[in-house]
Amino acid sequence: MEIVRSQRKPSIDASPTPTLSLYRSAPPLEVRLEDFELYAIDRLRVLKGISDGLARGKKPEEMENLVRELWKTNMRHQDPAEVMNKDIISHFVLRLVYCRTEELRKWFLSMETTLFRYRFRLESLESQRMLMTEFQLPYKALIHAEYETVKDKLVQVARSIGQSSNTDTIFFKVPFEEVPDLVGSRRVFILKGFAYVPMNQVVSLVVTQFRSNISKALVLTNRKWTSTIKEQEKDRLTPIVEALSNSYLGPDYTQPNESAEISLKDIDQLASNSFPLCMRHLFDKLREDHHLKHGGRIQLNLFLKGVGLKLDDALAFWKEEFSKKVGAERFDKEYAYSIRHNYGKEGKRTDYTPFACQKIISSTPSVGDHHGCPYRHFSEENLRAALNKMGVGGRQQDEVMDKVRNRHYQLACTLTFEAIHGTSCDTGINHPNQYFSNSQKIRQEKVTSVES
Amino acid sequence: MAKERIPNEGDEMQIDGGVCEERVARAIPEGFNPDYLKIYYGKLFPYADMFKWLSYGNDGKHPACDHSYFGRREFSFTLENDIYIRFQSFGSAKEMENSIKEKCPFKIDIGPVYSVDPAKRHAYAQGGNNVFAPVERELVFDIDMSDYDDVRYCCSGADVCLECWPLMTIAIKVIDTALRDDFGFNHILWVYSGRRGVHCWVCDSKARRLNNEHRAAVTDYFHVYKGGENSLKKVTLAGPVLYPFLARSYTDVLKSFFEEKLLRSQNLLASEERCQKILGFIPDESVAAELLDKWQGNRRSSISKEDVNVVRWDQLKHMLQSGKQKIQGLRRCVEEIVFSYTYPRLDMEVSKHMNHLLKAPFCVHPKTGRVCVPIDPNNCEDFDPTTVPTLSHLLEEINEGSMMMESNNEWERSSLGKSIEFFRSSFLQPLLKSCKEEMESAYSAKIKQSKNSLSW
Ligand code: SF4
Ligand SMILES: [Zn+2]
Repeated sequence: MEIVRSQRKPSIDASPTPTLSLYRSAPPLEVRLEDFELYAIDRLRVLKGISDGLARGKKPEEMENLVRELWKTNMRHQDPAEVMNKDIISHFVLRLVYCRTEELRKWFLSMETTLFRYRFRLESLESQRMLMTEFQLPYKALIHAEYETVKDKLVQVARSIGQSSNTDTIFFKVPFEEVPDLVGSRRVFILKGFAYVPMNQVVSLVVTQFRSNISKALVLTNRKWTSTIKEQEKDRLTPIVEALSNSYLGPDYTQPNESAEISLKDIDQLASNSFPLCMRHLFDKLREDHHLKHGGRIQLNLFLKGVGLKLDDALAFWKEEFSKKVGAERFDKEYAYSIRHNYGKEGKRTDYTPFACQKIISSTPSVGDHHGCPYRHFSEENLRAALNKMGVGGRQQDEVMDKVRNRHYQLACTLTFEAIHGTSCDTGINHPNQYFSNSQKIRQEKVTSVES
Repeated sequence: MAKERIPNEGDEMQIDGGVCEERVARAIPEGFNPDYLKIYYGKLFPYADMFKWLSYGNDGKHPACDHSYFGRREFSFTLENDIYIRFQSFGSAKEMENSIKEKCPFKIDIGPVYSVDPAKRHAYAQGGNNVFAPVERELVFDIDMSDYDDVRYCCSGADVCLECWPLMTIAIKVIDTALRDDFGFNHILWVYSGRRGVHCWVCDSKARRLNNEHRAAVTDYFHVYKGGENSLKKVTLAGPVLYPFLARSYTDVLKSFFEEKLLRSQNLLASEERCQKILGFIPDESVAAELLDKWQGNRRSSISKEDVNVVRWDQLKHMLQSGKQKIQGLRRCVEEIVFSYTYPRLDMEVSKHMNHLLKAPFCVHPKTGRVCVPIDPNNCEDFDPTTVPTLSHLLEEINEGSMMMESNNEWERSSLGKSIEFFRSSFLQPLLKSCKEEMESAYSAKIKQSKNSLSW
C-alpha cells in the first residue's frame, strides 16, 4: 500500500507503473472525515454509472469508454499525489458500506470487478504484466513448440471473435476453470481442459483473481464491522456509513411491502394495469400455456412476492395454472418446492430478492423461454405487437422502438410507462417492482381525485 | 447366496405350479406394472455396479478412502402413488438394495454428494458449524426431444420415432466429442432416458468438483440458441469464421446429417409453410422472395427423380453462397439454418447447478416400461429406442429361464446383460482404475508433504 503511494510521483503520464490498486490492505493513511464521505460518494457515482451501463446492455467497447469517462469525471483530485489515495480510501469506505448483506456484497463485488476489468484494459502492456506479477499468478507463457501445434486454432478463435490475429501475442495456458467467462463466451481456444489465453484477454485471469480476493475480503470486513468497528466508531464513521448505504441505494424492493398486500382476485386486473411488459408477458403466457419454464417461473414468482402476493396465494395461483397442464400432483411434487423456496420457506437460502431490470436484461432466454426483458429479447415485430396490445401505438411506439434500437431498454420501458399512465416518470425504470409501485401510486391518485 | 434365493423366487413366479410357455407369454403384457418392477428390482437391477460407480473407489481398503463418501450422496424416490421422497442416503450397497427392494420406487433420482449425510441434515443445521451444502456432483446434461418440437414434423411432445431419434444421436456425437477433446474429460456415461431423450453423466473427478460458475461456463460453451420463443432467429453465428468447436461440429456432423437425412426425413422444404419458415432465416427479403418464386415454379415442373427438399436446398445454397452474395451475413445463413435445425438443445438449468437431480441409469420408465440403458457414444447411430429391453420382455426371459439354473446372475442371460456388460467394461472399469490412481498419487503427495514438514 505505501509502496504504491511512493511510486505515484505527480503527473508522469507515460509512466509504465500501474495506476491500478489491488486493494490488498486498508490504507494506513490519515483520512479527514469530510474526505472520507466525499471520496466515497464520488466512487459511488462511478459504480452507479457502471451499473446503469450494464443495465442498458452496453457492449464491451462502449463500457470501456464509459468507465474511462466516469473515472475521469469523478475520481480526479486537484493534487495529483492524492489521486491514488482517493482511489484506495473510497474503495475501503465503500467496503464498509456494502459488506453488510449478501445482496449488497454481490452488487459491490460485481461493480468493483467490472470497474477493475476496464481499468486494467486501459493500462499499458507493461503495467498489465506488472500487475500480473503482483497477483503472483503462477502462469508461464506458452512455449514456442507448443504454440506451433495449436497456432491455426488460435488464429481461428481470434478471427471468430472479429480480432485480427497477432502472431507475436503471448499466450498463457491455464485450466479452463480459471477463465469461465472466456470459455462460456467461446473467446478462447480450449483443448483437453486447458484454455489458451492470449495476452489481450489476460484481463479475465486477473479479474478472476481480483474477484475472489475482494469477495473474501468483504466477508472479513463484515465480520470486523459487526464485531468491532461499528461500536468503536459509533460517533464518527458509523453514522456516515449508514447514511451512505441508504442515500444511494434508492428504494428497497427486496422485501415485500407489508402495506401493499395484493390479493389473488385482483391479480388479472393488476397485471393488465400495472405490470411492466416483462411480467405481463410471463403472466399472459402462464394463463395461456398453463406452464412456464424455470427462468420464467423464477422471474415472475419473485416479482409477485415483491408486489405483496402472500405465499399461500402464490401457491394457489401457480397451482391453478400448472395443474391444468401437468396435474395437481405433479405440481405439488415438482414445482411447489421451488415456489416456496423463492419465498424462503424451503432450503437454506432465505433471501431470494426480486430481479432488477439489469439482471433481467442480461439474462439469456433460450428456446421455449419467456423470461427476460421484451425490449431486449423480442424481435421488432413481436415487440410492436406487444406494445399495441398495451395500447401504445403510433408515434409513441416509434419513440419506444427508437430507444430499443439504441439499446436503451430501460428507457424504452420508461417511455412505455409514460405513454400508458400519461405522466412523466423522471426517475426512470430500474426495477419491475418499481414500475409496479409507481403505476399503483398514480392510479390511486387518479381514483382519489375522481372521488373527491 | 444368489443360488439359494433364486429357486425360492422362481417358485413364487410359478404360483400356479408348472406354468407353461404360452401362459407366461400371455401373463406378461407389454407395459409397466408395479409387480413386474418388484421382480426387476429383486433379480435384475445392478446394485453392486451402481454402488461401485457412485463410490468412486472410496469403498476400498486404501488409507486414503473416504468411507463416508457414498453415504453423503442424495437419492430420491418417486413411489407408486406419486409420493416423492428426497434426501435418502445409504451407508452401504446392501442398505441401498434393501431400501429399493422394499420401497420399489417407480423412479430413482441421483443428487449430489453433500458435506454431510443428507438424511441427517436437520441435525447438522442445529450445530451451526457444518453447513449442509453440495460438495461434489457429476457434470450432467439432459437432452429432451420435446425441445425439438419446432423442427420435427413426424411427432411432437412425448413421442419419438426413428425419423426424429437421430437428432439425439447427433446431439450425443457433438457433445461427447467436445467433452473429450475440448474439456479433456474421459469418463462419460450416456444413458437413454427411457422415453424421448438422453442423459449424460461426466464422472471425472475434475468434473465432479466443478462449482456452479464452472458448470455454467461449460453449458454456455455449448449454447448457441439466442433469444426465447419471441425472437425470430434461433441461432445467430457472428464473426467471419466459426469458432473451432462449432466449425468441427458443423463439418463433421451437422451438415451431412442435415443434408443427407433430416431434409428428406422431415420434409423440411416440402410445403409452402415449411419453406416460409426456412426463408425466414434470410435477412435479405429480395433474395428470399426470389427463392420462393423459384420454388413455386418448380413445384409443378418435373423433378420427379430428385427429392424436392434436396433440390430446393441446393437452390438455396447456390443463391446464398454464390459469388454475387458478398454480404457475409447471407453466406452465414446456410450454416445458421443447419444449426437451428440440428444443433443439440440442452436443458441448461440441469447442467448449471450442482444440486439438480437426475434419473439413475437402469431405472424403468413407468410410461414405456423401457429400461434406461447406457448408450455407446461410439456406436450411437446403432441405438434404437424402440428395441431397448422392456420390463415385460425381461420378465418373460426370467420365466423362460427359471427352470434351468445355470447361472448365478439372472441378468447375464437376459437381454439386459449386454447393457450391464457395456456399463462395466466401457465405463466402470476405466473409471475405477483412474480413481485408484488418483487416490494413490494424492496420498503419496500428502505423505511426502507431511514428511517435509516434519523435517523442518
Ligand atoms: S426494462 Fe425492466 S421492467 Fe421494463 S420490461 Fe425490461 S426488465 Fe421489465
Ligand atoms: Zn418422430
